[in-house]
Amino acid sequence: MSTVDDAVEQGVAVSRPPRLLARMMRQRQAKVGMVLTLAVLLVALAGPLLLPWLTGHTSTEFTGRPFTDTGMFGTDNLGRDVLSRFLDGGLRLIIYAALATALGMVVGVAVGMTAAYSRGRVDALIMRGNDVLLALPQLVFALLAITVLGPQGWVLVVVIGITHAPRIARVTRSATASVITEDYIRASEMYAVPRYKILLTEVLPNITGPLMVELGLRMTYSIGFVAALSFLGLGMQPPTADWGLMINESRIALVVQPWGVLLPVAAIAVLTVGTNLLTDSLARASANMNAGN
Amino acid sequence: MDRSYQVITRMIAKRLLVSLIILFIVSLLVFVATLLLPGDPAQAILGQQATPERLAALREQMNLNDPVFVRYFTWLGGLFTGNLGYSAATGGPVTALLADRIQSSLVLMGLAALISIPVGIIVGTFSALKRGRAFDNATTGVSLVLASLPEFVIGIGLVALFSTSVFKILPSVTMAPPGEAVWNYPVQLVLPTITLALVVTPYIVRMMRATMLEVLDSGFVEMARLKGVPERQVVLRHAVPHALAPVAQVIAIQLAWMAGGVVVIEFLFRYPGIGQALVDAVANRDVQVVQALSILIAAAYIVVNLLADLVGIFTNPKLRTEKAA
Repeated sequence: MSTVDDAVEQGVAVSRPPRLLARMMRQRQAKVGMVLTLAVLLVALAGPLLLPWLTGHTSTEFTGRPFTDTGMFGTDNLGRDVLSRFLDGGLRLIIYAALATALGMVVGVAVGMTAAYSRGRVDALIMRGNDVLLALPQLVFALLAITVLGPQGWVLVVVIGITHAPRIARVTRSATASVITEDYIRASEMYAVPRYKILLTEVLPNITGPLMVELGLRMTYSIGFVAALSFLGLGMQPPTADWGLMINESRIALVVQPWGVLLPVAAIAVLTVGTNLLTDSLARASANMNAGN
Repeated sequence: MDRSYQVITRMIAKRLLVSLIILFIVSLLVFVATLLLPGDPAQAILGQQATPERLAALREQMNLNDPVFVRYFTWLGGLFTGNLGYSAATGGPVTALLADRIQSSLVLMGLAALISIPVGIIVGTFSALKRGRAFDNATTGVSLVLASLPEFVIGIGLVALFSTSVFKILPSVTMAPPGEAVWNYPVQLVLPTITLALVVTPYIVRMMRATMLEVLDSGFVEMARLKGVPERQVVLRHAVPHALAPVAQVIAIQLAWMAGGVVVIEFLFRYPGIGQALVDAVANRDVQVVQALSILIAAAYIVVNLLADLVGIFTNPKLRTEKAA
């Protein structure tokens, strides 16, 4: 697993992407997306570090009576400082989403490339298995797993990653299929380069465009997915500070204490819009590049 | 002509068979998942105080003494005869618990589809016709933003806007008395329906816009214009019908998505549908209900996806003549 992961990283660093990223960042849309994403990342990352110092409270400490307006944004349903909980609640969401996306990418890319490169019966077998997994709506699959395994962090990561994998595998397979008929692949085959090496050094660098678009898309979905499960009360468990859970806990009091809901909702909205703007401009850059060749 | 008919029939038969096999494997998956749960389902229903005789009786009634594969087929048969077992939380039969809820969810999804499909097609068409102008840019921007937002974020935004802070005109939760149909309280349906519609419409708009742009650039549209056909007729008679085919497939995929996506929205608005029931059942670890709902939603999802593929087969001339050519 780790070798494939390393190779993904390496492919991103050395080959075509610098040009792709440059094309992407030239679009205004991408700049806006970058600013939005970085702003939320900064809050989520700096929040837990600065916490007791900045607001005077930790995220789980009871500071007063419920729904008062002490502090900058008041207190929540149990009398905890809303701003502290907001600052502490983003990092876990983003890390879980990133881990789930990474897991889905590694599994999906490995499966998709293997399927496309082995062709024939193995390919058909893998892709039919894929179809079965695609036949369950992602959320239902996740809920089924949570019923059996209970709501825990690693369950979220694994379940979301696994439900992403078949979708990523499908994209990887079609991207790989269009590359493996090229002459340079046949040349490597003639030199008897081992299969896995051909996949990692010849195929992978040439499909980074579609894969990075897929990565962005899956990251956007993962963020919404982790947040939604916590919002349903089936993800992060109290008293953890988490944006999805915060929305669930505070929404009954939307009229009295709107900040407990509005801060995390706004943060999730800005983050997903940001990542999706980046993904969209990346897709445009990638499509233009292929059209240009 | 005859040959291409044969090809289509064979493709459809193959696709139907594949769907059936997938549904069978999914049912296995759902059943096996619940076997992994620790504890005795009969004990879970009756509680700790149950006498051994009652436990034995319930185990007999639930067929827990049978071998696993017999239980699987009993369960599978129950899916067709409407006997889905007993809820661990309420003790009542699952079928009775779900009948009203399925209806309520179908109402919600149906209303959302009725709104989003025409709106998506019309907005997408106008956007393509006004390519590069203010309306098009606004549509593209709004649909990109809406498509990135998780469904509960859209829903809460609407609640904040229309029922609490800014305008206080719409109820934010559904509170029909139990046993009464949801459509007796139309005002309570407004926000859940709009939320669901807002989630799926952007995809329809984007697809409609993209295919319309392609069609408007094509030769036959130019020909119609050169012949002096009025622009209105060029659009309505020549361009739109051609653009609809690929859009129909996107619409079907969106409808399939709704079967799962409705869960979060129902939970948000306390809407008494299957999604709400599923979340409650997962929280209570009510296995029989989770089983029944998962297989139900998966079946709906598979059937609508099958329809999407059939629409694709019927409307794509390349696919239709793939092997005949």
